[in-house]
Amino acid sequence: MNRKNAIRRTMLGAGLACCASALMAGELVVSNWDGYMAPDAIDSFNATSGHAAELVLHGTNEEIMGKLIASKGKGYDVVFVSSPFAEVLHNLGLAEDLDHAKIPNISNLYAQATELEHDPGNAFSVPYAWGTTGLCYRSDLVSDTPDSWMDLLTPSEDLSGKTTMLATDRWLLAAGQLAKGYSVNETDPDKLAEVRDLLIDAKGTLLAYDDTTFYAKLVSGEAELVHAWDGWCNYGIAENADIKYVIPEEGSDLWVDTMVILKSSENKDAAYEFVNFILDPANHGWAAENILYKVPNETAMSGLSEDFIAQFPNMGIGPDELLGYEQLRDVGEAQRDYSRTVSEIKAAN
Amino acid sequence: MTDRKPLYLMSPALAWLTAFMVVPCLLILALAFFRRGIYGGIEYTFTLENIALVFDPLYAGVFLKSAGIAGLSALIAVIVGYASAYAIAAAPARRQPVLLFFAVLPFWSNYLVRTYAWIVLLNREGLIASMAHWLGYDGELPKLLYTESAVVVGLVYNYLPFVILACYAPLSRLNPEIAEASRDLGGSGWTTFRRVTLPMTFPGVATGFVFVFVLSIGNFVTPALLGGGQFQMIGNLVYAQFLTANDWPFGAALSMFLIAIMMGLLTLQTFATERASGTRPEAT
Repeated sequence: MNRKNAIRRTMLGAGLACCASALMAGELVVSNWDGYMAPDAIDSFNATSGHAAELVLHGTNEEIMGKLIASKGKGYDVVFVSSPFAEVLHNLGLAEDLDHAKIPNISNLYAQATELEHDPGNAFSVPYAWGTTGLCYRSDLVSDTPDSWMDLLTPSEDLSGKTTMLATDRWLLAAGQLAKGYSVNETDPDKLAEVRDLLIDAKGTLLAYDDTTFYAKLVSGEAELVHAWDGWCNYGIAENADIKYVIPEEGSDLWVDTMVILKSSENKDAAYEFVNFILDPANHGWAAENILYKVPNETAMSGLSEDFIAQFPNMGIGPDELLGYEQLRDVGEAQRDYSRTVSEIKAAN
Repeated sequence: MTDRKPLYLMSPALAWLTAFMVVPCLLILALAFFRRGIYGGIEYTFTLENIALVFDPLYAGVFLKSAGIAGLSALIAVIVGYASAYAIAAAPARRQPVLLFFAVLPFWSNYLVRTYAWIVLLNREGLIASMAHWLGYDGELPKLLYTESAVVVGLVYNYLPFVILACYAPLSRLNPEIAEASRDLGGSGWTTFRRVTLPMTFPGVATGFVFVFVLSIGNFVTPALLGGGQFQMIGNLVYAQFLTANDWPFGAALSMFLIAIMMGLLTLQTFATERASGTRPEAT
């Protein structure tokens, strides 16, 4: 009995020691996509604030969501997630209700960025970057300038086998939903079935599904027309000026990547300071200039040069136009139908 | 008293396997019987829904498709691998280690790098296409990359060394006098191979086949990279349930079936091997 207890105590002690050291490793844990902020952002935050922030990376929204839901948010202080996922964190009660007095730099945001449908008034999320999803193409190789989602989904013969589409559930479906004139949050099963059939037909004409290297395929000429987020199209444009971006006439979604502070954070003041630090025009502007994504920070965006916007025209899409597009929203239970629809598309021959 | 030494020696490995293999597998098994929460996560109410869903034609189809791709890859790997192993075993003894070394050389590099190498080779602006153009071919080559064949090629390439090693072992141990005896008794080269060599080395063939099949059917990297995400194999489906759909219970149910298939095959292979070695004459 005694021995058993001793063993139990030792094991508990060892367990605590290992977990405690993991928790102590960083006073403030920030999770972001790789390369989505300045490489020295954390160091300069630590240097100016005296905190010990630590950056961890996630590859996808879903990956970090899985961890946050499993741990009830513990172990993280600030996370970067796309808006539908910020909504989920809010609905699950994991997102901190923001005290704007602790984020004075929030006043740098465009007025439109405080009216976003998923979170009017930025009650629980602060937008970090935003943009559109459209077509990125090699203007020197395509015979007709694309201007419709159907140019991607039912490509002309010479384009067949030279297009790629995003494979992430929501954006893959959005291409079909927009082409059909439906909401990007459509949940009606019949309409989803129509979208599925359209996307299955489109699959036969694709070179590949590609979420990460589509711009490289454009640069090499392997692909000529790809489904792309505007910011990533810019990576292609930076390497080849013949690459252009267009929002199809049927429209785009408005995607918004946000910063969320976790309710479970034990370092909320530091977390607020970090969010405020990112919203500093110099830091937020760095993201626009180097990551080539639009940021919803008016002060930062007004600092961009005309030459820069001329080189990357989609950096000049203004907040009014952006707000004209529908945001991807959390679709709740219908997410199951979305997943199944995507499985049906991927499994089709 | 029986000798306890084997038990003591084995216990670290057993403890390791239990803690980091058996327990996690049991946890996954348990997960398969719970419900998925609206936002992912797990609702602890018992359900058989996930198990039933595995047999849904959509997902059962993915299983069959994966089995087809894995079976074809295993078959090709066995044919190519057996031939290579035969050639190595027939080479002068001092050259065999060198040849084996070359056979397993690809294992020294990372799996991802090896798979990416195929992208460099096969893509439309890649090495093969450039070579064809350089040799004066003007037309457009058929699509090589992002096809089912590319997936099979990638799987065969990556797992071929396993087959060579698995077949080389029994081939190299084969007593050449047995083949001689067969020939002396009037068996042609082909008959000798079919009636003597192949049956005696069957355990290696079975091991190689099952290895490639089992590794291929659960593979998700190769279909994602060489199939351009267009060919969903069961591994990709499991990956998607855990990492994008956040439907862990269904992902768990799928992986349980996958594990069951693998265990079934490995058991069969063990039996086949034992039966084959049972009939093998004892070397003296």
